[in-house]
Amino acid sequence: MTPGSYVVEVIVENKPLARDPEGETIHQNLILKGGYNQVTGVRAGKLLRMNVEANSPEDARAIVRKLSDDLRIYNPAAHTIQVRIVG
Amino acid sequence: MGKVAVIQYPGSNCDLDALEILRDVVKTRTRLVWHKDLRRDDYDAYVLPGGFSYGDYLRAGAIAATSPSLRIVREAAEGGKPVLGICNGFQILVEAGLLPGAVLRNSTLRFVCTWTRLRVETTRTPFTNGAEKGQVLEVPIAHNEGRYYLDKDQIPGLERNQQVVFRYVSEEREATEDANPNGSIDNIAGVCNHKGNVVGLMPHPERASLRVLSPDNQKDGRVIFDSMMRTLHGPGA
Repeated sequence: MTPGSYVVEVIVENKPLARDPEGETIHQNLILKGGYNQVTGVRAGKLLRMNVEANSPEDARAIVRKLSDDLRIYNPAAHTIQVRIVG
Repeated sequence: MGKVAVIQYPGSNCDLDALEILRDVVKTRTRLVWHKDLRRDDYDAYVLPGGFSYGDYLRAGAIAATSPSLRIVREAAEGGKPVLGICNGFQILVEAGLLPGAVLRNSTLRFVCTWTRLRVETTRTPFTNGAEKGQVLEVPIAHNEGRYYLDKDQIPGLERNQQVVFRYVSEEREATEDANPNGSIDNIAGVCNHKGNVVGLMPHPERASLRVLSPDNQKDGRVIFDSMMRTLHGPGA
């Protein structure tokens, strides 16, 4: 892998057992009312897209994972995160 | 004589209310301190007031929780000094890991500004030792992110350690769903750390400490500041 600039996304959402009233409202009052009954659930979250200089995509991902834990980009008491390379 | 710091963050807006109650009502030496100017543990107690901080971006309190002032507050808390977080101050203490759990967006998805009834669940803290267990206080809330959350399986541990300090209750003093203004788990309105000296709550006792501020002509919130005074100066204070 080559050093370069990578785009890394962090998605923060409530843990499955922590209610997500925003997702529930979007589901109930928009999607189901709009007739899309195929959609059985919605979770709303927060997305952070970061540009990261790193030696490889794995490194970029590891940096973002570490900063997410160190700086509490999410609160582990209530949230889960996904970190993914998108470019 | 004890000295209290009310710490101002960029966006604090209940700092002057807390100052007035502490300085002019319960008569404790109190100073407003900008968070970046708090460099040493020079005070006997700390109050993190309500309002906002850093626009509450990312999450309410999350950025302020990284302020160097929190290192001082943590040190003071570890030394057993009383620390009170009100509303945004509670969110900051939670985000800094000084209190357990998280404070999420209200289940109603609305900013809620209303009077609530709080049941005192423990009197072991420096902010409730002048109250009676089970006493109900009328104290207002004003927040958008006030839904206290902790995994359900951790609640019994919190109860066992007497870390639930306040619950929202009905007129009949019951922790009912209707009395819960924001969807907090188990109607929890305020918690403390394991030792009991760090307390955070979403309601605003500083807005309920003068009769003139209350629709019912009461000053229930004052017991929290009187308790603090008693902790700092002894029961005769």
